[in-house]
Amino acid sequence: MSAILPPAERLWWKHPLDRVEGTWILLALIWCLTMFAMMVGWHIYGKQNLSTETYKTTPEKFTAKAQAFVDKYTVRTETADKTPVVAPPPGSDIYMVARLWSFWPILELEKDKTYRLHLTSMDYNHGFSLQPANINIQIVPGYEHVVTVTPNKAGTYSVVCNEYCGINHHSMVGRIYVK
Amino acid sequence: MTTTTYRTCPRSGLQFESQAEKLMLANAVAAVVFLLIGGILAIGVVLTRWPAVHWLEADTFYQVLTAHGIDMLIFWIIFFEIAVLYFCSSTLLRCRLATPRWAWAAFALMMVGAVMNNWAVYDGGSSVMMTSYVPMMAAPSFYLGLILFAVGALIGCFVFLGTLVVAKRDKTYQGSVPLVTFGAITACIIAVFTIVSGAIILIPTYLMSLGIVKSVDPLIYRTIWWAFGHSSQQINVAAHISIWYAVAAIAFGAKPMSERVSRGAFLLYILFLQLASAHHLLADPGVSTAWKVVNTSYFMYFAVLASMIHGLTIPGAMEVAQRAKGYNKGLFEWLRKAPWGNPVFSGVFISIIGFGFLGGISGVMMGTEQLNMIIHNTIYVPGHFHATVVIGTTLSFMALTYFLIPVLFKREMIAPKAAQWQPYLFGFSMYGFVLVMMGAGTLGVSRRHWDMAFNGAALAYEWPGAAYLMMGLVGIFGIAAIAGGAIYIYVTVGSLLWGKPLDAGKPSKTFTPIPRTAPTVVAQSYGSAGFAAPGTFVLAMVFLVSFILYYFINWKYLSQVWGLS
Repeated sequence: MSAILPPAERLWWKHPLDRVEGTWILLALIWCLTMFAMMVGWHIYGKQNLSTETYKTTPEKFTAKAQAFVDKYTVRTETADKTPVVAPPPGSDIYMVARLWSFWPILELEKDKTYRLHLTSMDYNHGFSLQPANINIQIVPGYEHVVTVTPNKAGTYSVVCNEYCGINHHSMVGRIYVK
Repeated sequence: MTTTTYRTCPRSGLQFESQAEKLMLANAVAAVVFLLIGGILAIGVVLTRWPAVHWLEADTFYQVLTAHGIDMLIFWIIFFEIAVLYFCSSTLLRCRLATPRWAWAAFALMMVGAVMNNWAVYDGGSSVMMTSYVPMMAAPSFYLGLILFAVGALIGCFVFLGTLVVAKRDKTYQGSVPLVTFGAITACIIAVFTIVSGAIILIPTYLMSLGIVKSVDPLIYRTIWWAFGHSSQQINVAAHISIWYAVAAIAFGAKPMSERVSRGAFLLYILFLQLASAHHLLADPGVSTAWKVVNTSYFMYFAVLASMIHGLTIPGAMEVAQRAKGYNKGLFEWLRKAPWGNPVFSGVFISIIGFGFLGGISGVMMGTEQLNMIIHNTIYVPGHFHATVVIGTTLSFMALTYFLIPVLFKREMIAPKAAQWQPYLFGFSMYGFVLVMMGAGTLGVSRRHWDMAFNGAALAYEWPGAAYLMMGLVGIFGIAAIAGGAIYIYVTVGSLLWGKPLDAGKPSKTFTPIPRTAPTVVAQSYGSAGFAAPGTFVLAMVFLVSFILYYFINWKYLSQVWGLS
């Protein structure tokens, strides 16, 4: 029962390795370094890397910018509470507000065009879960996160809140159209 | 110095000091009580997430989910771990426990804190989930309960460290501490870091709930909270791996393949395991890429390396011991002839395989900075951590309990047949449970979400049928696992209450030091191709190949989503 007894050999650190252990450590180390290289390499060669561009913000400041954006590019409204559908030009700054319990406004983007998406929360933490593409980003109040997105497929996308934010969390769903 | 007595258990040869024994018993029983509460709450969670049943109302569901998370992840596990720490110090080193009065104070604080926190949740108004992200606020007693519990656990850690000093001073052993104790020291060091992080962030949050502090920054909260929240799960890793080594020694008389390698791997844990808190911030704003890459990879995956080493050396040690007994035919006779009917062994083996294949591989995948974007906050995440914390930690603790019932509780086990089946029912239904959760998470289904049909949403999303199917299976596997948990509680509590008392061994006023063991030869004359444990090596290669395949499949999946930069 020696794992629960002191090592029999006082100089246990001088014990030779068994070949099975030595081989495994070498293989495991190579795999670990490969995974590390993969993660770093994707920043250079990959097309999906989360931006780190972030600014401190307040609900008032962000709302003002988002409102100006909506006023400028709204093309129609949808749903019973007349949520604006906003179609901004490619390459522009676009805004999405997360608040209890909705995403505002609805965005209409063009396929293979790039946009600078600004995200923040007006209140609690929320989650930006783009479905069915399945891209998930945390939305933290007080921080404006600027993510550069390039939709690669046309269709209707939903933005599901996937950070628990209170009793009506399950009804917090937004929308993005890609043409 | 208080007088105390020592007894040597006639069944295991382990020596128990009476104060330490009572404390282990108290902490273990408290742990099982919280497992019971958490298990009852689990029924509400799975039956609500099973779309066809959708049992609880939204407010009750979030309340139940909050309590389930805290009772299981914090109270059940840490109470049990304190018992394990006392076992690994006082019992394995055959010495008295340092400052038993402080240890009782620690127990009392933990109990008061746990009850206070539970009370706050059941009272309503504290359904903030285990993570309690600010600015969503809970009742002050929610935070105060956690703080008291943490202070108690911290005192428990220092009692453990003090006991190591007592053993050294009283010369109860010679040379180095046993490997299992070394693992427990690793767990304790991680625990101290964890608890201090918890205090740093929960104290200002408590003051904020009282209105004394005006605000706590949400991003700083997340960063420091996870140094507590994730690290507390790293205590578990160190603790349950120590238990795996202990069970290999108890069930097979296995000695570690090499002390140097196993201890070196624990050392890597101390150095790098904590960095994993970064896993929770990979999808956050305001954290730099370099910070994410260095931390999420535990600095070049050195802690993953350590886990892969333990994953080889523990079954490897079992194989070597079995081969020495003559089970030497082919690659796997040692495994076929293992004591599968002994729940101490079967529980640990099911735990090792599940922790490695399901918990380990998924953990590294989701901890990769870019890959995290395809699973962050989906039900994949609880899928992963039920593989680590339930299959890894909880099942190991259950297996250890079956060993402790005759040895520490001094009772004959009631219903040994039920105990024999329990690890299989519980372990395999958890395998199924985590696999379907990960499957649903890969399709994007959210965690901590009451209604996947989005009832009442103006712009509802329609999940694919496969997602509904898998969430239904979550319910079925979940109920099966809960039944397995119920058998464990029945056997443990039943044995304690109604089991036939067994001979305790004569109490003595003094301890018997651990005798020197004769050095053994290392060179192995069995195995094949110069490998002492060829069967384990083959299993390890199967693991590595699955790991590589799964890892790259997810990169392929990521490469197909929207461009992000």
